[in-house]
Amino acid sequence: MSKFLRYAVKFAAFITFGMLFFIIAYILVRGIPNLRPELFQLEYTTENVSLFPAMVTTLMLVFLTLLVATPIGIFTGFYLVEYAKKGNRLVEVIRIATETLSGIPSIVYGLFGMLFFVIYLNFQYSLLAGTLTVGIMVLPLIIRATEEALLAVDNSLREGSYALGAGKLYTIFKIVLPAAMPGILSGVILSIGRIVGETAALMFTLGTATKIPEGLFSSGRTLALHMYVLSTEGMHVNESYATGVILLAVVLIINYISTKLSNKLAKGNGND
Amino acid sequence: MTNKDKIIIRNMNLYYGDFKALNNINMNIKEKKITAIIGPSGCGKSTLLKSLNRMNDLIEGLKIEGEILLDGENIYKEDFDVNLLRKRVGMVFQRPNPFPMSIYDNIAYGPRLHGIRDKKKLDEIVERSLRLAAIWDEVKDNLKKNALRISGGQQQRICIARALAIEPEVLLMDEPTSALDPISTAKIEELIQELKKNYTIVIVTHNMQQAARVSDYTAFMLRGELVEYGETEQIFSVPKDQRTEDYITGRFG
Amino acid sequence: MKNKFIENFAKGVFLTSAIMSIIAILLMCVFIFAGGIPFIKEYGFKNFLLGTEWKPSDYPPSFGILPMILGSVYVTLGAIIIGVPIGLLTAIYLAKFSDKKIYRFLKPGINLMAGIPSIVYGFFALVVIVPFIRDMFGGTGMNIITASLLLGIMILPTVISMSEAAIRAVPNSYYEGSIALGATHEKAIFSVVVPAAKSGIISSIILAIGRAIGETMAVILVAGNQARMPAGLTKGVRTLTTNIVIEMAYAAEQHREALIATAAVLFIFILIINGVFLVVKRRANN
Repeated sequence: MSKFLRYAVKFAAFITFGMLFFIIAYILVRGIPNLRPELFQLEYTTENVSLFPAMVTTLMLVFLTLLVATPIGIFTGFYLVEYAKKGNRLVEVIRIATETLSGIPSIVYGLFGMLFFVIYLNFQYSLLAGTLTVGIMVLPLIIRATEEALLAVDNSLREGSYALGAGKLYTIFKIVLPAAMPGILSGVILSIGRIVGETAALMFTLGTATKIPEGLFSSGRTLALHMYVLSTEGMHVNESYATGVILLAVVLIINYISTKLSNKLAKGNGND
Repeated sequence: MTNKDKIIIRNMNLYYGDFKALNNINMNIKEKKITAIIGPSGCGKSTLLKSLNRMNDLIEGLKIEGEILLDGENIYKEDFDVNLLRKRVGMVFQRPNPFPMSIYDNIAYGPRLHGIRDKKKLDEIVERSLRLAAIWDEVKDNLKKNALRISGGQQQRICIARALAIEPEVLLMDEPTSALDPISTAKIEELIQELKKNYTIVIVTHNMQQAARVSDYTAFMLRGELVEYGETEQIFSVPKDQRTEDYITGRFG
Repeated sequence: MKNKFIENFAKGVFLTSAIMSIIAILLMCVFIFAGGIPFIKEYGFKNFLLGTEWKPSDYPPSFGILPMILGSVYVTLGAIIIGVPIGLLTAIYLAKFSDKKIYRFLKPGINLMAGIPSIVYGFFALVVIVPFIRDMFGGTGMNIITASLLLGIMILPTVISMSEAAIRAVPNSYYEGSIALGATHEKAIFSVVVPAAKSGIISSIILAIGRAIGETMAVILVAGNQARMPAGLTKGVRTLTTNIVIEMAYAAEQHREALIATAAVLFIFILIINGVFLVVKRRANN
């Protein structure tokens, strides 16, 4: 019996990691040869199927979303950890709200974004509508990361700062925030991963235009959306592979950085 | 030198929620002397100390009655500037708590906070504070080093230097050597003696020998009450209260 | 005085930020439900939820979403059957059977798995799993089994990371106590440690159910998407989520309202799952 259990456990782990390895290897092996220079031409045409505009759009979306969501997420963390008193009802409600938000599927975000931003606020399919929709989506991630990072900051540092006559705000920005930075950053980086990989929430908010958006109110498509459209059209399998390679590369880099950051955080706290 | 009262505590009660942690404390703390507060754990000595720079304000459900006068002014009166109070009444904690930044930035934190930006002036303050805390020679070549990467004893002296950098009038010390080895402890005790020339010092300690060695006045507290308060020599040789005698002779509890 | 103003102003800004999450969730409820409920009322609650025909372009059109509800339930169930055993056993392996060196190498792998975009999973399933299933069972290869396999893989990181954390949180004394009574390493873990981590493991499964039900873009590529009552494991199927994406682009008027109503039903499913998750988690913490 014991022997069987041991094998079962190892077998399952083998399947899991074998599958992961297989997926990554498969996409890379089939995709890398397809990373032809035409794919990086400035403008998309049906001939070159360039993914360059999608890359730029992805960057724009990531940048704008972080611009909106990061301050709100970090400030929420400040409020929950540094200001709210224990047993505060509002904190309970905020916590339930963020936990619920993090469980809502992207398609519901997408539909909400369409109904609220695209139609009700009349933003049309646009960078702005996409940004705000995905912004709400990554908010819980940033809030959670900030909360955990702030809680990990030793209270004696706050006391030390207050004892020198510093106010709350000064202490938060000069002492607490720098100490919590690696943890917050790793949350932000995970958010980048979410934004880059998102499709369902963007289809009916950002739209799927093939050009680089000219402004906040113009549509575009991210790499993931580009890959989706190519996959459903069924005519550009090679280009889908190539797009998959780029998405995977982004995810690999993001994971590498966030692992490094959380290691740093773990070390930083073990200083006594 | 006249024995001026720097801090006067009058009829002070302190509650955590329903729990009365300090009961009718009356105490005059002399200027430029060292006052030690001793007593068993949980007697309220740290609580009393933290009332003197209102660090207790951070605790939820805390209520204070009575008054504490600093140079004759009640620090608990409504419009009293707490941040200014803490600039005048500095504090050193039980566990060294240097900020996770360079030694230089640790010392300069307070002065910068209070508006000093001039690099030359800051350099002067950093050097003077580190000299006062008797650690200048050990760190002068490493001012950019992260303050977390030095020994615990050195860290505590950095924290003392940090407190001195904003030129407080009073220095509160909450068991400043309890986390340190004997050699570091000796250095800090020596330093405290040196500092008394310019500062009023209140030190909480669970170590009676330490109180006897360093202080001019000693207060003995028990279950939130101030049992006895007087000159250190008198407290340790001829205590007036039986409970004080029991405690200092080790017969207590 | 100025300082106090700034402090209070900042606190106000932080509080406002914190309230954003609440506003967001309220707005979502309002817009999804306001868009969907009038239609459900008009069309009939029973006709909508239990109707077996989804034919928006017929005259008169029929909008029964039972096929999609069942579709979602089937593929989710399939995903759980495939993903939970593998995920749980992998979690046990990571927590109790892997040595430190291997663990430090494998753990980021789980995070990586969680980070791979669903479209990449979907595309992989389209080019690898679909042909494989087609060869095995015939037909198009886009069916309940394919979708379940895909979702089973996609929920692995959720099951693994939460279950592993729950298993690690069990005090070592449980294990030691069992070993001291003569149990083997394996027996101690399976009969004492894992049961003690039960509530954490259950939360991970609930969360995985939420993920599977909510997944859209990957499923759309491999499930076949036929809007009819599920006809067998090797037949195509449409889920609640895919129903919305497939038709939203060209839907108008009543049809569009029906799709929003579909989202409202999905939303309620998710809120229930979330609610159960929060309750289980809270109970586990107490």
